Amino acid sequence: MKLTERAGGIMKGWDEGLEEASRRAAESTVTAARSRGLVDVGYTVVDSPIGSLLVASTRVGLVRLEYLDGDPDDALEELAGTISPRLLEDPKRTEAARRQLDAYFDGRVKRFRTALDWSLTREGFSRRVLEATAAIPFGSVTTYRDVAKRAGSPRAARAAGNALHDNPIPIVVPCHRVVPSGGGVGKYGGQEWRKEFLLRLEGALHGSD
Amino acid sequence: MNLPPFQRLLDEHRVDVYRFLVASVGRQAADDCFQETFLSALRAYPRLRDASNLRGWLFTIATRKAFDHWRVEGRKPVPVERVPEREAPERADDDPELWRAVGTLPPMQRAAVIHRYVLDLPYADVAQALGITEEAARANTYEGRKRLRSMQEVGA
Repeated sequence: MKLTERAGGIMKGWDEGLEEASRRAAESTVTAARSRGLVDVGYTVVDSPIGSLLVASTRVGLVRLEYLDGDPDDALEELAGTISPRLLEDPKRTEAARRQLDAYFDGRVKRFRTALDWSLTREGFSRRVLEATAAIPFGSVTTYRDVAKRAGSPRAARAAGNALHDNPIPIVVPCHRVVPSGGGVGKYGGQEWRKEFLLRLEGALHGSD
Repeated sequence: MNLPPFQRLLDEHRVDVYRFLVASVGRQAADDCFQETFLSALRAYPRLRDASNLRGWLFTIATRKAFDHWRVEGRKPVPVERVPEREAPERADDDPELWRAVGTLPPMQRAAVIHRYVLDLPYADVAQALGITEEAARANTYEGRKRLRSMQEVGA
């Protein structure tokens, strides 16, 4: 038999095992990378009552929560570009945030106690709007104007709306608790039905209106 | 420059990198070399300037790890021939004799032969992985093959 054929045949007996063995090697590589401080962003895709969520955490804390309406490729690419390409699937890194989300959807947690990383929000007004929003208690709602006021610019309701629309950490930074003063649930970056669902879950929305 | 998420490199290339390492250093050492390869890559990744051939870049690193391993192991034949006893029943196509022979080649020829014939890479990719010119990749593959053939004849 020709040498090339023999060499090619060498791996045949192993090919079936390679997928599994390399997957395990990849997993322990991620663990080693984490302990050496080489994972800048760890992410997990989780299921929730309002669809798939991308949960991403840095060493500082939860940095991004994103509603996924398809595969996470675009969302991951954006994170790689905005935070760091050292982005790896890492259930351990996101564990704390995931547990609290589960508990929230089960009605067992009313206040998130996970550390947050604000890297994706500009310092200044936007950041103050989101911090004010993070302080709105479970089960209550407030208006865009009120949030603007608490962020130090009472007349900037529209700008507050924009900041909320760009909220990188929805649900945990509860922008769904901000509603128009004229009534209704108002807009939501993650689609209005999700906002309704969250407000209903929290008992802040009654009936079918 | 926009680098893709590192996870994608891991997903897309882990099987082939692992295959190369098993062929190069044997199954026992493949896990360690694999981890070292991807940790080195991850360390350097944010500073990478050219993202046009990430696969080639990974293979360059993996090849370097294989060379390091060979250096440490000296010229011992690769321990690959023990693998079938542990992982799977002996098969005709595992060809331990050929493996032993490959393990005695000088590192450059050994790596060239593995890249070319086990992974079926074109010479351009072999050259990149080894950090040498395409001509040198051809020459090393040729020399390695010649040597293997003469070993087979002596053995026969």
